[in-house]
Amino acid sequence: MRRKALAFDHFLHLNVGKCSNFGSGVIFEYNGSALVAMVGKNCFAIASDRRLGVQLQTIATDFQKIYRIHHTLFIGLAGLATDTQTLYQRLVFRHKLYHLREERDMKPETFASLVSAVLYEKRFGPYFCQPVIAGLGDDDKPFICTMDSIGAKELAKDFVVAGTASESLYGACESMFKPDMEAEELFETISQALISSVDRDCLSGWGGHVYLVTPTEVTERILKGRMD
Amino acid sequence: MGDSQYSFSLTTFSPSGKLVQIEHALTAVGSGQTSLGIKAVNGVVIATEKKLPSILVDETSVQKIQSLTPNIGVVYSGMGPDSRVLVRKSRKQAEQYYRLYKEPIPVTQLVRETATVMQEFTQSGGVRPFGVSLLVAGYDDKGPQLYQVDPSGSYFSWKASAMGKNVSNAKAFLEKRYTEDMELDDAVHTAILTLKEGFEGQISGKNIEIGVIDSKRIFKVLSPSEVEDYLQEVE
Repeated sequence: MRRKALAFDHFLHLNVGKCSNFGSGVIFEYNGSALVAMVGKNCFAIASDRRLGVQLQTIATDFQKIYRIHHTLFIGLAGLATDTQTLYQRLVFRHKLYHLREERDMKPETFASLVSAVLYEKRFGPYFCQPVIAGLGDDDKPFICTMDSIGAKELAKDFVVAGTASESLYGACESMFKPDMEAEELFETISQALISSVDRDCLSGWGGHVYLVTPTEVTERILKGRMD
Repeated sequence: MGDSQYSFSLTTFSPSGKLVQIEHALTAVGSGQTSLGIKAVNGVVIATEKKLPSILVDETSVQKIQSLTPNIGVVYSGMGPDSRVLVRKSRKQAEQYYRLYKEPIPVTQLVRETATVMQEFTQSGGVRPFGVSLLVAGYDDKGPQLYQVDPSGSYFSWKASAMGKNVSNAKAFLEKRYTEDMELDDAVHTAILTLKEGFEGQISGKNIEIGVIDSKRIFKVLSPSEVEDYLQEVE
């Protein structure tokens, strides 16, 4: 029985012949994302783009990719949007129970180990996500790390990147980063790195979302870039 | 256990609201060898009598005080074989925690997990409660801690406690001797004196066991010669 034609049906022809079976890398490029985290002097910044797409069609321009676990711990999730949302829900669940049992917040290093374990549980049917974790650890020391979709941790002292724009981000961060930047300068640097990278990636963009975290406050800012 | 004839719990309520099996388990604990623990400002000490059934037993092969993690140790009163099962399960739980979080398990969490196991054996089919009470001594980010876990699965944090045969005399002695600002060495001396109170026969490094953990957070069972040194200091 044929259903009634709906408004977006004429877009169906775009999927025909375009990777109908999702091979290993392509699934990560279905929705599009750009994520970066940087370490400054007693502070860190984590930034993402705002686009949610279905291949080349843009569906939303205010899609949240960075989530707050507790007041000094953030996780950004790049990759397939349904998996990032589900993974975030699972992690928040785990952290809430941890907080109730242990009566304290998770340290960023501990949380990173947890994310790694959760991802590896699905080793042979993984979440198509690449997380970027950023937080303030003991003595308010900034901690950042990223990992692949099956939980291989990569710790860094300076910056970590993820998403479809990651190659551009690597280049931009490598050239713009300086160690021990203060909060304002860190914000400028991460914003420039993000905007210039997403401008070279058709699947990410439509502005930016930057969180700047110091021991005393968390500042959230929206960036305006090329809206395409 | 579902298909077994004994898939119902053997621990059932009496009309007075008591779980008689647990009462009997506590009796088993109460007739076990005395053990005690004292929490100091910079560490914790646990100690126990090590009365062997015959002089022919090789005392170096017997170790009643065991470590659960590098920074948590445990002593028991009651049935030795039951305590071995709990030590094994607790060690596994501590390692599972570490594997997940890459962080050593906090003392309270390990105590809670162990107590949960003990409670399960009061409400599962075909099993009996454990015939031991445990004294868990540890040092973590919250400082030195001492917990007692009973066969029912209830646990308490203590500044100083005793269990086993001589429990009432030992606790009375500890109540008199305990001070809030006690240091670890004083606590070891007090522990030895408390054990001496109810000791039948001549106390020596071979028939008591002492475990300590200090601010370096490494749990250590003292060797017989180290125990002898402390004994001489007490004389």
